[in-house]
Amino acid sequence: MLAFLVSAIRLGMTFLFGSTGETITEKSGHLNLGIPGVMCVGASCGCFAEYLYLTAAKNSANYFLAVLIPIIATLLGGAIMGLIFSFLTVTLRANQNVTGLAMTTFGVGISDYMIAETGSIYSRGSRYFTMSLPFADDLGWFGEIFFSHGILIYLAIVIALVTSFVLSKTRIGLNLRAVGENPATADAAGINVSLYRYAATCTGCAIAGLGGLSFIMDYLNGNWEYCIDEIGWLTIALVIFTVWKPDFAILGSVIFGALYIASSYITGVSFASKEIFKMLPYVVTIVVLIFTSIRNKKENQPPAHLGLSYFREER
Amino acid sequence: MEQVPAIELKNISKSFGNKMANKDVNLTVNRGEILSILGENGSGKTTLMNIIAGIYFPDEGRIFIDGNEVIIRSPKDAFQYKIGMIHQHFKLVDVFSATENIILGLNEKGKYNLKAAAQKVKDISSKYGFEIDPMKKIHEMAVSEKQTVEIIKVLYRGADILILDEPTAVLTPQETQKLFAVLRKMRDDGKSIIIITHKLHEVLSLSDKVAVLRKGEYVGTVETAKTNEAELTEMMVGKKISLNIERSEPKDCVDRLVVEHLDCVDRDGVKILNDISFTAYSGEILGIAGIAGSGQRELLEAIAGLQKVDKGEIVYNNPKTGSHDNLRDKTPIQIRDLGVRLSFVPEDRLGMGLVGNMDIIDNMMLRSYRKGKSAFLERKAPKDLAEKIIKDLEVVTPDARTPVRRLSGGNIQKVLVGREIAASPTVLMAAYPVRGLDIGASYTIYNLLNKQKEKGVAVIFVGEDLDVLIELCDRILVIGSGSITGIVDARTTTKEEIGLLMTKVRDAQGGEEK
Repeated sequence: MLAFLVSAIRLGMTFLFGSTGETITEKSGHLNLGIPGVMCVGASCGCFAEYLYLTAAKNSANYFLAVLIPIIATLLGGAIMGLIFSFLTVTLRANQNVTGLAMTTFGVGISDYMIAETGSIYSRGSRYFTMSLPFADDLGWFGEIFFSHGILIYLAIVIALVTSFVLSKTRIGLNLRAVGENPATADAAGINVSLYRYAATCTGCAIAGLGGLSFIMDYLNGNWEYCIDEIGWLTIALVIFTVWKPDFAILGSVIFGALYIASSYITGVSFASKEIFKMLPYVVTIVVLIFTSIRNKKENQPPAHLGLSYFREER
Repeated sequence: MEQVPAIELKNISKSFGNKMANKDVNLTVNRGEILSILGENGSGKTTLMNIIAGIYFPDEGRIFIDGNEVIIRSPKDAFQYKIGMIHQHFKLVDVFSATENIILGLNEKGKYNLKAAAQKVKDISSKYGFEIDPMKKIHEMAVSEKQTVEIIKVLYRGADILILDEPTAVLTPQETQKLFAVLRKMRDDGKSIIIITHKLHEVLSLSDKVAVLRKGEYVGTVETAKTNEAELTEMMVGKKISLNIERSEPKDCVDRLVVEHLDCVDRDGVKILNDISFTAYSGEILGIAGIAGSGQRELLEAIAGLQKVDKGEIVYNNPKTGSHDNLRDKTPIQIRDLGVRLSFVPEDRLGMGLVGNMDIIDNMMLRSYRKGKSAFLERKAPKDLAEKIIKDLEVVTPDARTPVRRLSGGNIQKVLVGREIAASPTVLMAAYPVRGLDIGASYTIYNLLNKQKEKGVAVIFVGEDLDVLIELCDRILVIGSGSITGIVDARTTTKEEIGLLMTKVRDAQGGEEK
């Protein structure tokens, strides 16, 4: 049971990166279906940077650099994906769904190449990411659940909390939400709609990229053997599940993690029905969608202008 | 005691393409003064205000603020000169609270503090007598509250010159009175207020001065105390112009369409049609006159089955079967099969009538595709029809295969009206069929409508040019704020009479609404 919970948290925080990133992006009115691709690219950049660093450093690798370098590489990789998305949809006015799906295809391709080329050589780097807090062992089950994780897990929670604060309690957050809700109004109020969309999408994609890194380095212990785009789709579902609230997503992501791995911890589940279990997160998302749609509370709806481009002249 | 005007416009002109929207307009507004701008639709009121608010840039003319010449290039510039405009269509974020909307986009110094902002909103409200809950979400608000938020937004930004574009269009009489009380308080506080309206009684009760525009031209400014309704109406509608439209006597008139006590409510819960009753006779053109947005569109859509009806009956007397059908709960297809045709032609000619990317033949098929029996489309009949329309109505087009979108407005109109008439309706409703058309094309349309009338069709014609309505129609129904304010005989009426009816608001309406 304990192992199940710890595992659920580790997987959940991977989702949390993705959903926080996608929430920021969607708050600006961008529906980025490229998130799976962004996570693939983020993971690829981070893992490869780690590989290069560890190869170069030989045995003198130091903890901070071994963690910091891949994180920065991942952030950069994700942000570049965000930049591509924004450039296509804001500047060139391409359709957001098509652009997003193209980016997913692209990202999956990159990561498939990485797997084929490098395989599971990341277990050495993974040790730095799964290093738990020193006092975790002294606190029994409590320590196991809350303090036994690697750095990325805590980073995910911090980012989610900061995002939640920025969105609801700062002027930047207010402006960003206005851009996603009603860009024409935001524009009239003197807010630079394009700038906000670019910034939010790049930030969101950078954060989402960390989810990919976290999945490989933390959850899989560096054994990268299959494509991780499935994780990306789950994070998009998680955004809907948590009604666009990053603080809700902290709990929501653990629930998603638990549902996703439940089959492995229940005895007597056949290989085929495991796949059915993996479907559960999507089922609860649909249930949440049904409930929020029936209640029709405006606060729990997606940003009103989600998925729509904004051009000032087109009124 | 020569007072320096708060804002002064000198010889402002603005044209869009070759259409003159404003021509040589002069205006002055002093501090502590309310100026009404009066004019029919398309007289250039909103264009003029948009020039002051920095949305449009004038082609010619000069603007002075407090005696200094200024150039207003953008809404931001306007805001710097303390000019604030309250648009007819609110610019608010639905899921935000009033306060969040008010401070949106502001770069105030200091910490982001919603509570302090809410307090400031409260202070402004109590100063001028607004009633508002600063934390209420916009989507929970009634229309009048949303308007209040818009006004406070402008005041919060420190505006001294307020422009309100038809603020009373969405308000009940009681709410209007409240708004006026607030505006008077602002005036006494030394603010300058410009209000666009076409309701005469409001002009007379609220403003200090009235500026009248007619078809983009500046007619003049009069002091409210020294004028009356009749004089203002004449300034607004101008002298009668003879158009020489042929008009035959209606014959064989029988009741074709009887509308009784029709009520409609729009999405915001505002009553858009109020107790409408009239009869359209066969062999007659019934004109509908009114300020745009008074409910003409909704009335036609209700008859065509596109608008939900809340109360009342629409009875259609079928000439073939002699039966009396109630159209109220019928679908548009059922109604169309009975012979009621709606040719709806406001700005969205291509929105409701035709598909812009399809060619003329395909657009003909939109009406006839259901007639085909085989699995494949039958193209012969629509092709013939398209060619007949092109020939008869002199549609200027390379060929019948040209996408409709590429035709000019007048030619699109001919295609649309031609198609509707080809279906030999018994009721033909045309809304603004000549809007944007040149004179020749307009006469073609008038003749078409007249021919339909002679055939015994009940024609309903919604128009905006009073001269046309008076010469083309047999009877004119005047609609004001969703109520019928009068039905007059087109042969004996005058422009002034219709103009007065258009701007009149039936008092009974106030009693019913809360």
